[in-house]
Amino acid sequence: MTGPQTGRLSYKLASTMESVAEVEAAAEKLTQSAGMDEDESFRVVMAVREAAVNAVLHGNGYDPNKQISVSFENTGKSLVITIADEGEGLDPAKIPDPLAPENLLRGTGRGIFLIRSFLDEVHFRQLHPGTELTLVKHLTPAEGKDTNQNLDTK
Amino acid sequence: MALSISTRQLDGVTILDLSGRITLGEGSVQLRDAIRDLIGKGEKSILLSLGDVSYIDSSGLGELVSAFTTAKNQNADVKLLNLTKKVKDVLQVTKLYTVFDIYDDEAHAIGSFK
Repeated sequence: MTGPQTGRLSYKLASTMESVAEVEAAAEKLTQSAGMDEDESFRVVMAVREAAVNAVLHGNGYDPNKQISVSFENTGKSLVITIADEGEGLDPAKIPDPLAPENLLRGTGRGIFLIRSFLDEVHFRQLHPGTELTLVKHLTPAEGKDTNQNLDTK
Repeated sequence: MALSISTRQLDGVTILDLSGRITLGEGSVQLRDAIRDLIGKGEKSILLSLGDVSYIDSSGLGELVSAFTTAKNQNADVKLLNLTKKVKDVLQVTKLYTVFDIYDDEAHAIGSFK
């Protein structure tokens, strides 16, 4: 771990489902400490979990020699979460629309769509190797008053 | 909390009472195996009771869709009962709410198979 810093926590995790659970728990703590209501928290946490699954499964392919890098930050105006893998890269333009009639009954392909649906901003960055997703959820004025919370999840 | 599945029969309908999470690595495979087992035994009317499902992810959604299409291919029906607010939210966003037959009342759901 390299954190916690002021309002920001970043660290690296193995490419396992246990790491996904750890990221999910950290996201839940972040939303709760920001004062987000249960419904909004659920959406953000779900989006973060989907991004972590993508990184561990599709990006790194559970490779024990590859890690995922995650960071969590409450800027006071937004929650900003980054998740990066060391995989071959992801071109978001090539992801089929899961709402298209021909894709609606497919068993896969909804993860990125859910991430985009539940967050305000989603940015993709190619790392060569790997892909970094930056997930942003804007806070309402009632949320995010305290930007200097202890985000340590341990 | 992992997924637990209990099975009961009522008026020719097989009801699966699901409790817990339907997610990658925690419940989606269990659900897939349960549905395939029922379809393999020739069950034609399957009702998934989701009232105690606290969480579903994209993998879990995929399993619901696979259950639906697998059943259709075998001239069987998979319907949903008692969605929690969270599961309903996710089904609506993904437009899957329009794909499934969804009920809030068990008796009504069972009657719909006739």
